[in-house]
Amino acid sequence: MSAGAQPAEPTPPVPAGAPALEVRGVTKRFGALAVLRGIDLVLRQGEVLGLVGDNGAGKSTLVKILSGFQAQDGGELLVEGESVHFPSVQAARAHGIETVYQDLALIPQLPVYQNLFLGHELTRFGPLRLLDKREMRKLAAKYLDDINVRVPSVDAEAERLSGGQRQAIAVARAVRAATKILLLDEPLAAMGARESRLIVNLVKDLAASGRVSIIVIDHNYAHLFELCDRINVMQGGRITIDQQVHETSLEELTELMVQSYRRQLEAEASAGA
Amino acid sequence: MTSDAQTSAAAPAAGPPGQQSEAVSIGRRVLRLFLYQRELTPTVITIGLFVYFTIRAGSEFTSSLSLSSAAGYAGPVGAIAVGEVLLLVLAEIDLSVGQVFLFSPWVMYWAHNDGVPIVLAIVLALGACCLVGAINGLITVRLNVPSFVTTLATNFILYGVVLVYSNDSEASPIPLSAGTGFASKLMGVWKWSEILWVVAITIVLGAMLNRTRFGVRIVATGGNLVGAAEAGVPIRRVKVWCFVLCSFFAGLVGIVDAVKYGSLDPGNFGVNYILYAVGACVIGGTALTGGRGTVLGALIGAILIGILEDGLTLIGVSTNDFFIYIGVVIILAMALNVQFDRLIARSRGR
Repeated sequence: MSAGAQPAEPTPPVPAGAPALEVRGVTKRFGALAVLRGIDLVLRQGEVLGLVGDNGAGKSTLVKILSGFQAQDGGELLVEGESVHFPSVQAARAHGIETVYQDLALIPQLPVYQNLFLGHELTRFGPLRLLDKREMRKLAAKYLDDINVRVPSVDAEAERLSGGQRQAIAVARAVRAATKILLLDEPLAAMGARESRLIVNLVKDLAASGRVSIIVIDHNYAHLFELCDRINVMQGGRITIDQQVHETSLEELTELMVQSYRRQLEAEASAGA
Repeated sequence: MTSDAQTSAAAPAAGPPGQQSEAVSIGRRVLRLFLYQRELTPTVITIGLFVYFTIRAGSEFTSSLSLSSAAGYAGPVGAIAVGEVLLLVLAEIDLSVGQVFLFSPWVMYWAHNDGVPIVLAIVLALGACCLVGAINGLITVRLNVPSFVTTLATNFILYGVVLVYSNDSEASPIPLSAGTGFASKLMGVWKWSEILWVVAITIVLGAMLNRTRFGVRIVATGGNLVGAAEAGVPIRRVKVWCFVLCSFFAGLVGIVDAVKYGSLDPGNFGVNYILYAVGACVIGGTALTGGRGTVLGALIGAILIGILEDGLTLIGVSTNDFFIYIGVVIILAMALNVQFDRLIARSRGR
């Protein structure tokens, strides 16, 4: 906790590594509605950044822009310092950005190891494309072991796993492909305490390994405090608060947000007068 | 199968120690075997029926004549069912493939009558079947017409084509059907050839579904369309190919069937076959929900239907009663499939 933090200015981010992803002055409007009014955001290498905000704050629009579903109107995206354009989801993927929407990506009827290798199956006998099940099982088990994901068996069908296990597999698969930046959309939604622990640990381990940098989008502040190194708050299409988690508390963050809202209202009132 | 060492290592609190748990775990293991090996239940029932009819009708039932007549029922149904499974796994259906089964020998017959050598005539016929499958698939994935409707329509079109071009008169003799050489025997003259073709196709399609990348893609597409597409599975191409394969194999056995009987009746309606075939798939353990299905089960379902039809006739039950029996069997099988799926869902996280 920073002693006597003045809420007027956001805490400058502690340089934890080179920026993996930078968002500079990104704007987006839908007709008359300005959804993003100049987003500035930095995701550092190996960092878990939480993105929080009310409905309509522009979170999901920002995520759609980052994952290539939509193009921004103005501003710039940089991946590892390089200016990039994402005309499609594939383009974002090619730059190592992957989005995991809860566990929706898994095939319920396929075993864990086949889910992990879906789209990149190992095969034998050339054109026959016989599955190399043994090798895939082995590699899947080793890989899951490496990142500390526990499932009953790599042969268990995805639908037999718990919500947390499925989420973990979805994240593991996203990271397996050459992913550098992972966007997680409410990864802890509808999960019990033990389940949450599974994902929290996985996300923290992945970030700590330096393998990926992660943005977590969530409504739930408690979840974000669990998961993240840093939290950015979105209000009215801007990032209004940028706080290191270890320097703040839920109470302080809430207080900062209330003050920020108040300033916004006052600004609007004076602009109207 | 699942390695138990792994299972128990990851879930140490799974079962209480002691003798009781051993009995429970054996019971559980048997249940799991039946849950995941869907072909087991219809196999047990088929064997049960076989034993029952053997006791009731004795050597009359086990005679070569009777068994080949059971195989005669099972052949066409099986040929259509094993291909249909692929589409049911994709959460699609092909209602035209029964008509393709009937249409294919007509193409061979017409081509051969026009002086095309027999081998080429067969190739032409199979090509026509593939074309029908491709059209079914493309209309379904490109125009977003539900496959139920697409194939319902092509079923009528093919029926009409046969009626028009045959002038509504029977075709006979079918090339090869009077032959005595190996090729003729293989293509249907030998009474077991048809069912052997179906068995061979079952092995090919079963291996394809369970052991190849294409098989994984079929299951993925049927199990989670969006998820599969996101993972890079070419879902449309997978679907079109399955329509093609289904038509191809039905057309192949259709030729064998025509050679076997030596004549073609243009009034034969393919929907009859399709209804049996979907029934066979369901009896074999394929639910119509997508993502799950068994090719071997479909063959066993077809054999079950064949044995039931043949056996009931032999023990003096009228063919009219057969329909009641088959209806009850299909409902029971489907209810069982649904219950099995529920049990799988309930075993989550264990």
